[in-house]
Amino acid sequence: MVGTKVREQPNTRRDVLVAPPSEVAAARATGGEDFDSLESIISVRGLDFFYGKEQALFNNDLEIKKNRVTAIIGPSGCGKSTHIRTYNRIYELYRDHRATGEIMFGGRNILAPGTDLLEMRRRVGMIFQKPSPFPMTVFDNVAYGLRQHYKLNRSELADRVEDALRRSALWDEVKHKLGEPGIALSGGQQQRLCIARCIATEPDVVLMDEPASAIDPVATSKIEELMESLKANYTIVIVTHNMQQAARVSDYTAFFYEGHIVEVGPTTQIFSNPQEKQTEDYITGRFS
Amino acid sequence: MSTLELDVRGEAGPPRGAARAAPRGYRHFADPAFRVITLVCGLTVAIAMFTLAGVLVLNSWTAIKELGLSFLTTVAWSPSSGSYGALAALAGTVMTTMVAMVIALPLALVIALLLTELVPPRVARVLGTAVEMLAAIPSIIFGMWGLFVLVPFMQERVAPWVTGSWLGELPLLRPGPTFQGGGFSILTAGLVLAVMILPFITAFSRDVLLMVPRVTKEAGYGMGSTTWEVLRKISLRYALSGIVGATFIGLGRALGETMAVAYLVGGDFLTVPRSLLDPGTTVASLIALQFNEATTKLDISALIYMGLILFAITMVFQVLAQIWLRRARRTTGGRA
Amino acid sequence: MAEARAAHHGGTGMSASSPASPPSGRPGPPLAPSDLAALRPRSHARRKTVDALIKVSAWVAASFGIAVMLLIVFEVVRRGIGAIDWAFFTELPPVVGEEGGGLGNAILGTLVITFVAALIALPVGFLGGVWLAEFGRNGRIATGVRMVANVNMGIPSIVVGVFVFAALVKPLQHYSGMAGSIALAFIMLPVMARTTEDILNLVPNELRESGLAMGVPRWRVTLGVVIRAARSGLITGAVLATVRVAGETAPLLLTALSSPYWLNGLFGPEGFFGGPTANLTKTVYDFSGMPYSRMQELAWGGALLIIVAVLGLNVLMRLIFQRGKEW
Repeated sequence: MVGTKVREQPNTRRDVLVAPPSEVAAARATGGEDFDSLESIISVRGLDFFYGKEQALFNNDLEIKKNRVTAIIGPSGCGKSTHIRTYNRIYELYRDHRATGEIMFGGRNILAPGTDLLEMRRRVGMIFQKPSPFPMTVFDNVAYGLRQHYKLNRSELADRVEDALRRSALWDEVKHKLGEPGIALSGGQQQRLCIARCIATEPDVVLMDEPASAIDPVATSKIEELMESLKANYTIVIVTHNMQQAARVSDYTAFFYEGHIVEVGPTTQIFSNPQEKQTEDYITGRFS
Repeated sequence: MSTLELDVRGEAGPPRGAARAAPRGYRHFADPAFRVITLVCGLTVAIAMFTLAGVLVLNSWTAIKELGLSFLTTVAWSPSSGSYGALAALAGTVMTTMVAMVIALPLALVIALLLTELVPPRVARVLGTAVEMLAAIPSIIFGMWGLFVLVPFMQERVAPWVTGSWLGELPLLRPGPTFQGGGFSILTAGLVLAVMILPFITAFSRDVLLMVPRVTKEAGYGMGSTTWEVLRKISLRYALSGIVGATFIGLGRALGETMAVAYLVGGDFLTVPRSLLDPGTTVASLIALQFNEATTKLDISALIYMGLILFAITMVFQVLAQIWLRRARRTTGGRA
Repeated sequence: MAEARAAHHGGTGMSASSPASPPSGRPGPPLAPSDLAALRPRSHARRKTVDALIKVSAWVAASFGIAVMLLIVFEVVRRGIGAIDWAFFTELPPVVGEEGGGLGNAILGTLVITFVAALIALPVGFLGGVWLAEFGRNGRIATGVRMVANVNMGIPSIVVGVFVFAALVKPLQHYSGMAGSIALAFIMLPVMARTTEDILNLVPNELRESGLAMGVPRWRVTLGVVIRAARSGLITGAVLATVRVAGETAPLLLTALSSPYWLNGLFGPEGFFGGPTANLTKTVYDFSGMPYSRMQELAWGGALLIIVAVLGLNVLMRLIFQRGKEW
């Protein structure tokens, strides 16, 4: 049965996943979920990406389903990060980086010129590989987006900051430290701070670019727990080079190779019964 | 590389020299001597400064004994009667420096923003070079240009316009009793000073802003911030110590600038200016202009006393700048 | 309000543990879509306008800075080009009020004074920088020396002039070109030391280690291998430091003063050690204030020469060695 996880408090010890990952995932898959009938929150069609003259992504088509965790896996340099960085157009900070095609979000193509970037980036949040708290206090970090996009009075702000920190499983650890600089926290805490900062403005989608690769394993598992609880309210797209992690946390997985999407499907199916040979080779470690 | 070949042969075994105790006589003391010589040279730099301080104190002693600390609060400069006061010069220094900083600082920050965020790297390099060229122009050139171009412009266009409009009623802009048309004035000198310190503050600020980690900025943009918001709330906070340090350095330069100010400030060393449009003097330009006229012992000593004061003021700002720059280096982990 | 939101989000930790609300950590019901949107959002248009305004002002500011520089250079060229001819470089200044003449003695004086200053300051500064980079490094003495050097670089050049006046000119009772050189050397010294240190610090340690590992004595490794690797940067630094003091006026006001004659020997009244020495910057300063058109013309010519030399050498150094060391 789905939902065999019981937890008293989200941020204490790990009476976490009662059933081992594969069984949970299998339960999900056999729960009769039909990929195509789910609502897509992001639809990528014909996405190409160029670094100057060099093409990095080739005709990517991908459906990101609402309230699900989609993992993007593949060998290094295959374009995983490049792909999700198109979802919030963060690549535009750099000259010569160009994307063509369609990315439908909220009924509009966000690659089109008239898009309101500020609003779009509120709705599509991003967590980076290296935890990057802003040079301000813990409280100000989480409040950053709220202050920027909304006019809130002090108590409303404090409530929402606490809320976001609770939902990121960080509240108990920092509730006495709200006035300390964000960089004073440990690596894993910093990353959860970034997550709190991101979800405070209640985005629709949270993009995670290898969020756990720069932090220690204990902190990593906390973040993975977090993803499961966040899923109910947010859609998560996670890029990871760690296949076990993808198998643990995601519902659907897309396998990338040299800028092409080779295969997309339910995670259990990808890992137990891949359709494409390239996928199989990667999963079984024939190349990395 | 031929010098190395003397010690190393291409054959197996230790170099020939190693088997014997000291094949060359100087080997005993060459390396230690090298260390000592270079150490002495390094210390010379430090010694030079202390010597300067000492000489200044020594030679202003006559004036210090005679005039004391009230030198700092008196307005006077009359060799014939032997009365000297630094107040007019100090006031003028403060006023010109403030004008320069108020103009230069925001401009420098915005230009640094441009160089780091708004233009492609190639353009940034060209523009950066242009800014550095501006810094390389000697101050006498600024002075001459100011004298022949800016002063008439201020006298004939700007000052009449200011005094004729509502601006002329504002406290600092209302012409005072010593008003001489506004050509040679605190404002003119301050404007040129601003142009002179602009490139320094810009270059320092740009260097510090470049050290803000890319990921942090991307996180800011990713949250839907505009370029200005990322600069203001994130980059500037990160770079704050460095920019404060840069400001102090700019201040130090403005305080000590001599030639351009000497040309433009009006050389009125007998009044504390009431208005930016009035002429005045600064410590540095007073020294420059009066020194060659000085004849009596007290006169010279008083001028050296002024030099000592200027030295002390700039020292304070330099030390402050060093402290802030070191702080910047610590938070960003780089060399500011 | 807090309870409503707790029910919304479903996972607010310890506070909501009544049977009615789900245990925390369990994915709760989806958020009401307009929860935040119902609040007072900040206008995007306004934020974007502010952003655009700042960007525009950045361009305006940069253009202003460039424009002023171009204006100044242009003006100097315009007013000074007429004075440049062969006589400009070879003749003495004319008697006041007359035509003709040049700035020959001043030009020569500046060359000599600057050269002597470089002779004093560059080697000492260089070796001092070597000590800082190779031996002193992060020790206490080195940190102290570095800090003093940094402060030293901020001392106004007029103060340096006052110092040399008090130390040399007053006791000897006369101005001299040598005093001017000493003043300029004082200014160059810390600049050269810090520049040298910065450049040597860029040389990777592997280079030093390879040299020492071959049994080469330390001084040879430093002077031979390391310096050779850093050669272009060092030359650039030395040239730029020299050029910078060549344009200084204030220190020479009180030390070398000026002279209407050619530099003549060493110890006589017109000698380098014996009496005031003409130099370009002081002469330009004097002439620019005189109400005689020929003198002013010469002054502009001198200014043009100064700007061409300073900016020209700066650009040249950048082009040749492709690295701009700061002033």
